[in-house]
Amino acid sequence: MYDVEKIRQDFPILREKVGGKPLVYLDSAATSQKPKEVIDAVSNFYLKSNANVARGLHRLGEEATRQYEEVRFKVKDFINARSEREVLFTKNTTEAANMVLYGWGMKNIKEGDRIVTTIMEHHSNFVPWQQLARMKKAKLDVIDIDADGKLKEDELEKIMGAKFVAVSAASNVLGTLNDVKKICKLARDSGAVSLVDGAQSVPSMKTDVRDIGCDFLAFSGHKMLAPFGTGALYGKEEILQAMDPFLYGSEMIHKVTVEESTWNDLPHRFEAGTPVVAETIGLGVAIDYMKKLGMDNVKRHKEDVTAYALKRLGEVNGVKIIGPKNAHERAGLVAFELEKVHPHDVAAILDDSGIAIRSGHHCAMPLHLRLDIPASSRASFHVYTKKEEIDALITGLEKVKMVFGA
Amino acid sequence: MKMSDQELYQEFIIELFKNPLNYGSISDADYKAEMYNTACGDRIVIYIRVKDGIIVDAKHDGMGCAISQASASLFTEHIRGKTLEETKKLGKDDVLKLLKLDLSRNPTRMRCALLPLDAFRKAVKAPESGK
Repeated sequence: MYDVEKIRQDFPILREKVGGKPLVYLDSAATSQKPKEVIDAVSNFYLKSNANVARGLHRLGEEATRQYEEVRFKVKDFINARSEREVLFTKNTTEAANMVLYGWGMKNIKEGDRIVTTIMEHHSNFVPWQQLARMKKAKLDVIDIDADGKLKEDELEKIMGAKFVAVSAASNVLGTLNDVKKICKLARDSGAVSLVDGAQSVPSMKTDVRDIGCDFLAFSGHKMLAPFGTGALYGKEEILQAMDPFLYGSEMIHKVTVEESTWNDLPHRFEAGTPVVAETIGLGVAIDYMKKLGMDNVKRHKEDVTAYALKRLGEVNGVKIIGPKNAHERAGLVAFELEKVHPHDVAAILDDSGIAIRSGHHCAMPLHLRLDIPASSRASFHVYTKKEEIDALITGLEKVKMVFGA
Repeated sequence: MKMSDQELYQEFIIELFKNPLNYGSISDADYKAEMYNTACGDRIVIYIRVKDGIIVDAKHDGMGCAISQASASLFTEHIRGKTLEETKKLGKDDVLKLLKLDLSRNPTRMRCALLPLDAFRKAVKAPESGK
């Protein structure tokens, strides 16, 4: 039995008040809140184990390294990678994409090659490929969406003959869950390398990179209950082995002379400089927490809340929901427009009632241009979201309408 | 104290959002500039026509929130009939006075309020090519 009230007890911030009102946090797709266990893990590291990793020969340094490297195994299991060498720690999804751009793309994409992505991508999985295409005089092909906000089936043909395919498993605006398994198979069949942006999907459902069949998968820790500055890039070992480093400097080297350097083994070759050690340990605790809840339960809960939000929002006059109508076709978020009111005003008035949503283009400007809207409002959910918070959102929207006489 | 929505959304602001003043474009504008507020997706374009150093027409179009739209209406209204040189001196406080708002504790709304001013400044520093 999924007890949301009990789960909420683990998140101290949910007891906070903003402007004297209880916080209704509906912006988890931007970043999730963190359970106390995660916060404690970060502070305990600084209180008891702080030392730099992969260099200290003293006990504290060894302990820090052990705790840090243990997380790599947790991530490996969480996404079902074959080996911990396939897990590279990154700051976030954006950095992971850039690692692929510079490490793989610059070496392998040639003039005239085709790169395929989709119109629903977050800038982090769009701008790098747009720029790679420009730098290499390659062509960027963009798969369009249908009226429901799903990828157009017939446009998947664009994958044929492409060299690289980048697609999100879940859209951060439409909420659409893409059939990444199918897309990665099409990519594989046509000899293309595939990258899946898991920023919204990894925190929402079970992720199995072997089942998906992707070459790369990127995600951010801070959207899945972990601290900021954490994330990972999964890459197939044979591809990583042939990839160039992205950042040069300490930790990523094997031997350095005045004339030349040789590179460290996987995964450290791609992790130059001192990492965010305490935060990464926090990521490990966040993964434990999600696993304890069970990713299937997390998925079911988010789907439940999303279904309720779709129903309630659908009842509000003037609200237009963006994206698929069925909760089971969505990650845990709903973006919408409110007729005659700009999203920024929607968010501002909701904020006055303690309700936090996001308004704007959600780092998906190509999608908003495609939908021909300047911006949208988005409510997004997580393991701790309860239906009463959707009710508060609806009451808040009625207030917005009153202020605007809409 | 941060302004609450009752204080922020004064009746005249909502009215200007619904029925903006000087909304539209000027095809033979002497000065024109576009500005974006990347945080929320607002876009504004300011058009200015000048004759003998005096602003004879000022318009705006684009899409934005109530605050940026009201600000654009009031600002274009304010600069009409003034000399270009004196309007170049207009600043943040002048705009806030027009809006009757104190946004010192609302930094994100401050950006909305100042978007038309920023666009105007950008426009008058760089005349349209060919002019």
